Amino acid sequence: MNAYIYIIGMCLITACIRILPLLLFRRPVKNRFLRSFFFYVPYVTLAVMTFPAIVHATASPVAGAIALIAGLVLAWIGANMITVSAACCVLVFILELFI
Amino acid sequence: MTRREAFTKGMKAGIPIALGYFAVSFSLGIAARNVGLTPFQGFLASLLNSASAGEYALFSLIGAGASFLELVFVTIVANGRYFLMGCALGQKFSEDTPLIHRFGVGFYITDEIFSLSVSLPGQLNPFVNYGAIAVAVPSWAVGTALGVIAGNLLPARLVSALSVALFGMFIACFVPPAKKNRVLLFAIPVCFLVSYIASRMPYIGELSEGTRAVILTVVIATALAFVFPVKDEEEAEG
Repeated sequence: MNAYIYIIGMCLITACIRILPLLLFRRPVKNRFLRSFFFYVPYVTLAVMTFPAIVHATASPVAGAIALIAGLVLAWIGANMITVSAACCVLVFILELFI
Repeated sequence: MTRREAFTKGMKAGIPIALGYFAVSFSLGIAARNVGLTPFQGFLASLLNSASAGEYALFSLIGAGASFLELVFVTIVANGRYFLMGCALGQKFSEDTPLIHRFGVGFYITDEIFSLSVSLPGQLNPFVNYGAIAVAVPSWAVGTALGVIAGNLLPARLVSALSVALFGMFIACFVPPAKKNRVLLFAIPVCFLVSYIASRMPYIGELSEGTRAVILTVVIATALAFVFPVKDEEEAEG
């Protein structure tokens, strides 16, 4: 198959995966279990994607782990998204100069 | 908030996403180059798919000359988590938002843009998403094309540092609500622990990160919903 067929094929399938639930759940869900499930989904999914992946993302796992802790602390004391994100990057860059 | 203000707000929020995307997409471009794609094909793949794990899979499928059936299967496995994200986002749309925005927002649900939508209180404003998409997606697509062209010109040290930008965003998204909600405060460390154990377990540890995220999310969120069903006030905040 031509590379374009793969690229457009994946695009169409992914678009269905992404758009279908938005069309299915057009009214607020009344069921208490489902409402609770949808409330927890975003935070759970972001948390499981963060750890341990952040430790494997950097060249040095130690730098990744320290960036995780620093990010958690900064976010806890109220730093916004840009600050947390940039601080993690700068910290990894500096730490990896020494590790 | 006017549409213009919402769009500008989205663009600002899109800057850290764009930085992180650039680093990740650059290495994605190197993968595309290895299977013989042109810079334009890399650009197009990223513009149309905007899915890191999905695109890595896409390039290896192209390299292997896989069948269409394999493409369908791998796409569902690699990108299935967007279905769950769509379910959650569907609840944040106000009922009078025109249908067309469900297509516009849905087409570009990525881990990071989803995380941005979740972090904003109240109902979803599609124009915030469009602003973030306008900054982040071109960076993703151009980064991929440059990765195909320039291979490994970007210093490894810089790529390593930029690669945590996206995780920084995730952290900034789930920490503030955990400060206000005791169940989340308890759930986040549990998620870390379970995710770590799962990554070390036989079978489930060998799955792709995307697939593992789907399985763990369904299991943990189901358990939480059973044990700690939300009250109406919490739902209004989330």
